Amino acid sequence: MDPRPAIITTRFQHIKTVIAVASGKGGVGKSMIATTLALTLTKQGHQVGLFDLDVYGPSTHLILGTPPTLQPTEDKGIIPPQVHGLSFMSPVFFTHGKPTPLRGPDITNMILELLAITQWGPLDYLILDMPPGIGDETLDVIHYLPHCTFLVVTTPSKVVQGAVDKLLDILQELHHPILGVLENMTIYNSRTKDTITKRNLRYLGSLPYDPSLETAVGKPDQILTTPFGQALKKLLPTIERYAASASSNR
Amino acid sequence: MHEWALAESILAAAETTATHEHLKTVTELSINLGELQQIDRSILRFALKALASELPCFKNVKFIFKTEKSHFTCNVCAHTWNYTDLKKKLGADEAEAIHFIPEAMLAYARCTKCGSPDFHITKGRGVTLTTVKGT
Repeated sequence: MDPRPAIITTRFQHIKTVIAVASGKGGVGKSMIATTLALTLTKQGHQVGLFDLDVYGPSTHLILGTPPTLQPTEDKGIIPPQVHGLSFMSPVFFTHGKPTPLRGPDITNMILELLAITQWGPLDYLILDMPPGIGDETLDVIHYLPHCTFLVVTTPSKVVQGAVDKLLDILQELHHPILGVLENMTIYNSRTKDTITKRNLRYLGSLPYDPSLETAVGKPDQILTTPFGQALKKLLPTIERYAASASSNR
Repeated sequence: MHEWALAESILAAAETTATHEHLKTVTELSINLGELQQIDRSILRFALKALASELPCFKNVKFIFKTEKSHFTCNVCAHTWNYTDLKKKLGADEAEAIHFIPEAMLAYARCTKCGSPDFHITKGRGVTLTTVKGT
């Protein structure tokens, strides 16, 4: 018997709200939204953790600009290091940025190990940066973290929306909590809001396509002052309200 | 000391099994230690004993450990090799990363025959609870 799943509930018992930032498609800004959301919540005085679950292509450490020597400490498990006021965990601490070609069972094993041995302690929010799609990582989070709520990221692109629909279909089929859908990289009025509300889901709002964002990568304080960062801050009360409602339904 | 976290998971799993099997007292736990994770058996035993002493159903439990040799198979050429072959090529930081997350070896190791990074861990990965005995 694999003993690790038995301890996951204990590891998460002092975390009030877990939000998985996910999408059906890559390149829609999930990692930037997850990191900026975590930083913004931290600035509001919350205890926040950021957990990068993109095991092939973790990138939140680049957005945060963490030093290459940063590592978790060991004390009855592994303790996430503090970065810009938040607790941060990433597979990059163990793969050191090298390509790690994982097949299905390896992905689940890596996620299970991190869930079982990471000692987060008390948090108001744990933000999960998910990889794209409905593969192992998404299914593992749905399975092992049944109370986490999904914040699904889309863009006005029809190509993206087709893939996002598949993720939403699966989450709704499994009756998994969905916080809502956030539209990123908006440059024109799209019909996303209509599509989402027709599904009886919440449209959380839109974030602008922001060419200045790339220069802010690695500089968290600068990210928060970009038009993107400011727009996300304006949506925070909505996100917090629906996240609180998701937590109270636990 | 992340052995402590693993000890907690072993006892949590054993407790669930004991409840399911209607066991009031657990007398013996058999634990398989995959060679790849390089678990310190004495630390794990210490942690298990300390944690078990706080749980009435584990008061007199006996822990039996068995190490499982690790085994890897290349998905390209089907070559197989083991941890002894791998260990020679690992630095201290890499070995420590594998100790925490055994799958990290896929970042550092290659098939010893064809050099492919596409291989899998066939045996001896990590910790498993093999038997829960009780009354």
